[in-house]
Amino acid sequence: MSDMKYVGTDVLRVDALEKVTGAAQYIEDRFIGPMLHVKMKKSTVAHGKIKSIDTSKALQYPGVKAVLTGKEYPNKIGLYLIDRNFLAVDKVRFWGEPVAIVAAVTEEAAAEAAELIEVEYEELPGVFDPREAMKPDAPLIHEDLGSYKVVPIFYPKPGTNIANHFKLRKGDVEKGFAEADFIVERDYKVPQMQHVSIETHKAAAHWSPDGKLTVWSTAQSPNVVRQLLSESLDMPMHKIRVISSYIGGGFGGKAGASLEGLVIPLAQKFPGHVVRIVFNREEDMQGTFTRQALYAHLKTGVRKDGRITALEYEMIWDGGAYTEYGVNIVRAAGYSSSGAYEIPNVKTDSYCVYTNNSIGGPVRGFGMCEMQWGIERQMDEIAKELNMDPLEIRLINGMKEGSKTATGQEVHNVGFDKCLKAVADKIGWGKKEGKYRGKGIAGLVKCPAQPSNASSSAIIRINEDGTAHILVGATEMGQGMLTAITQIAAETLHIPVEKIDIKIPDTDFTPYEWQTVGSRVTYTCGTSVKRAAEDALGQIYCIAANLLEVPEEELTFDGKKIYSTKDPNVKATIREIADSCKKCTGEGIAGPIIGRGSFVPSNMTNLDPETGQGNPGMFYCFGATGVEVEVDPETGVVTILQLVSAIDAGKAINPRLAHAQLRGGTVMGLSTALYEELRFDKGVILNRNFTDYKICSIDNTPHIDSFIIETPEEGGPFGARGIGEQPMIGVAPAVANAVNDALGVDFNTFPLTPERVWRVINEKK
Amino acid sequence: MAQKMTISFTVNGDKETREVNVGQTLLKFIRNELHLTGTKEGCEIGECGACMVLLDGKPVNSCLVLAVELDGKELVTIEGLSKNGELDRVQKAFVEHSAFQCGFCTPGMIISAKALLDRNPNPTDEDINEALSGNLCRCGAYQEIREAVKASVKK
Repeated sequence: MSDMKYVGTDVLRVDALEKVTGAAQYIEDRFIGPMLHVKMKKSTVAHGKIKSIDTSKALQYPGVKAVLTGKEYPNKIGLYLIDRNFLAVDKVRFWGEPVAIVAAVTEEAAAEAAELIEVEYEELPGVFDPREAMKPDAPLIHEDLGSYKVVPIFYPKPGTNIANHFKLRKGDVEKGFAEADFIVERDYKVPQMQHVSIETHKAAAHWSPDGKLTVWSTAQSPNVVRQLLSESLDMPMHKIRVISSYIGGGFGGKAGASLEGLVIPLAQKFPGHVVRIVFNREEDMQGTFTRQALYAHLKTGVRKDGRITALEYEMIWDGGAYTEYGVNIVRAAGYSSSGAYEIPNVKTDSYCVYTNNSIGGPVRGFGMCEMQWGIERQMDEIAKELNMDPLEIRLINGMKEGSKTATGQEVHNVGFDKCLKAVADKIGWGKKEGKYRGKGIAGLVKCPAQPSNASSSAIIRINEDGTAHILVGATEMGQGMLTAITQIAAETLHIPVEKIDIKIPDTDFTPYEWQTVGSRVTYTCGTSVKRAAEDALGQIYCIAANLLEVPEEELTFDGKKIYSTKDPNVKATIREIADSCKKCTGEGIAGPIIGRGSFVPSNMTNLDPETGQGNPGMFYCFGATGVEVEVDPETGVVTILQLVSAIDAGKAINPRLAHAQLRGGTVMGLSTALYEELRFDKGVILNRNFTDYKICSIDNTPHIDSFIIETPEEGGPFGARGIGEQPMIGVAPAVANAVNDALGVDFNTFPLTPERVWRVINEKK
Repeated sequence: MAQKMTISFTVNGDKETREVNVGQTLLKFIRNELHLTGTKEGCEIGECGACMVLLDGKPVNSCLVLAVELDGKELVTIEGLSKNGELDRVQKAFVEHSAFQCGFCTPGMIISAKALLDRNPNPTDEDINEALSGNLCRCGAYQEIREAVKASVKK
């Protein structure tokens, strides 16, 4: 495959010129037409019964067109467990929950009027810690949990706050602990965080007199939005059009359906208007999915030779008030619970628990950053217990060709050891550089968390002049999907990248893609596009064979012309083939060329409800992070001296963009390692802006070295697997392991703020 | 109703006279009245830098400035950096170094970088870090951004 022209090369991003000139349109730039602006009335209690809502003053406010409450619009929505009303009905379950919506001619009028809505609550006792919420006497948040519609791979416990209990039993964990020479056991905590994409969540809706609903949304997954709206509104899919655009950062926060439901009922009242809602930063912080907090208990048994014999992992997740994705994050973390390591005996219980905090959901990694924090901290603790090198213990237990995951799934084409060695070599592993300096590594793994039949499709249209259009339903949120997919098409079709155009999704025109999440699109959409390109190419050969009257096997196509390998003078241009091809006698041969491709995984299965055994992974992507730090013991400030990421990408379709994903994910991971934590006070998020919720900026982002390992993935296009989330997973544990190496101080939670580090140092003294 | 005021200014080289609401921010005016949507809104309180524009050559967060303050001044937005279809050197370097991912912070980032290079033609890494520290990029393209700014120096 070394003779490839497009795949594996640093093609410049196809969205570059639009993005550097301000011409790139994001969704709000496309809200055009007579507009109405929507603002929410948000709950001011975290848990309470709604006794009354008085909208009369709001309705009289100049410019206000309509006010709606949950009583008038009781539609429900949910991806896996349908537990949420667009607007609260009878009770509220988190602070900031939408209680009513106002449509007005200006955003200011809508905001002023929303303030005038008077809501009377009977406050109920709240529960803000999932460990408390699991107790039998805890206040019940969803009294009707038993009646909610649920996808049958999730196991809610009616009469409790448990939205899902995922169980995994591999081997015999008691026997495994009996074989161990040492047992290490500890609690870990991962705090809530926010995605804080620089573009906040936005949506608009337009209702046409013929009953057609058009929705513009910052959605990562327009097809899923259409599906959820179709179910929630009881409308057929051909009457719902969901338009996506360039997305100003997603990271999981814009997956699923979010605020579309707040504009649709008002659009239905005012046909012909574009009814829009734009979350401000504060609304984005409190009203969109947060990363779920995790309270973990981890017990590992290990032999003197470093071989891990047993793992018991209990995870209690703060699902928040509703659980759009939470139940599945908890499941994914459960079935991946041995991390990047092969452990013969595993017992895992992973609980998604309702609380009165903001809605929990996915953030880059879909539970893997949270779950592998404990695993990767404990690997270092085990190494210390055994007086063994932390790299060595990872290499001994790390997954290899043919290893079995916690669910018993065999993994293949595994380059985990190469990733570990690459980062260790780069940071000069084993060499202590100074009194307050330390080095840390962490391994990582992730497979896309998706239904076993999550599918994808693509259409390639060959124009009359031999240029091409790719139509796919995957979204571009910065990861470089448009560029990589174009390269895959170019390589397969032999048509140069600059002669191919690719469209942003619009469900009326682009074919189905389940979701742009889970580092899956290069693999799924890439495979569909490759198949569509092969289909189109097959048609080109077939038409040419007919036209030139030579067998197809004798022909070759160079992107411009197709000719006989026996006699190059027997040839036709791509234009002749693609432009309604006809014989010299005038008789038509073939109409326009349309290639089609689709994909559904065939290697995934359901999991046993009692043991969690089965095949949940479409592919497994491994990697490692290495860090060198210097800690100031007086101030607790952690300075990053070296930061290295290695990921086994299978095949980097575009190495430049793959490295950009490694570095970008590492920056986000570093940001969580050092700064990010949502601070709650009885369900109220206290840090709702960038001053109080600090993220990495350029001045505190160090140089990052990235390594792409290429162990080809058999099922992936050109051997590629997805890599978007993985680089984030190892950063926080690697930083904590490095600080531990520097000063011998231990952390079971992060971020490692100067205050936290200083306190831990001083507690030790 | 909102009080209005007439202002005259230059935007991306063109002279304009407009009536504006006195309470309107420059950001809203640029996006909603001038329809220059390249300038982005990320926080509305001057924390993220997505709405950065040049006002009399100086970089400002347009969400922190009222539109009336534009009176008599020269405004340059991201749309005004390329001349006759020719990209500014900073824009070219951002393309060549893929110094963006989602692109939402990019207009503000490029404006800040342009302002830096205008006042300091040979910035060090530290100068770049300081000048761009008010522009947040959640995709984490900072390393590519630093490289792009340095590359535009050489040209």
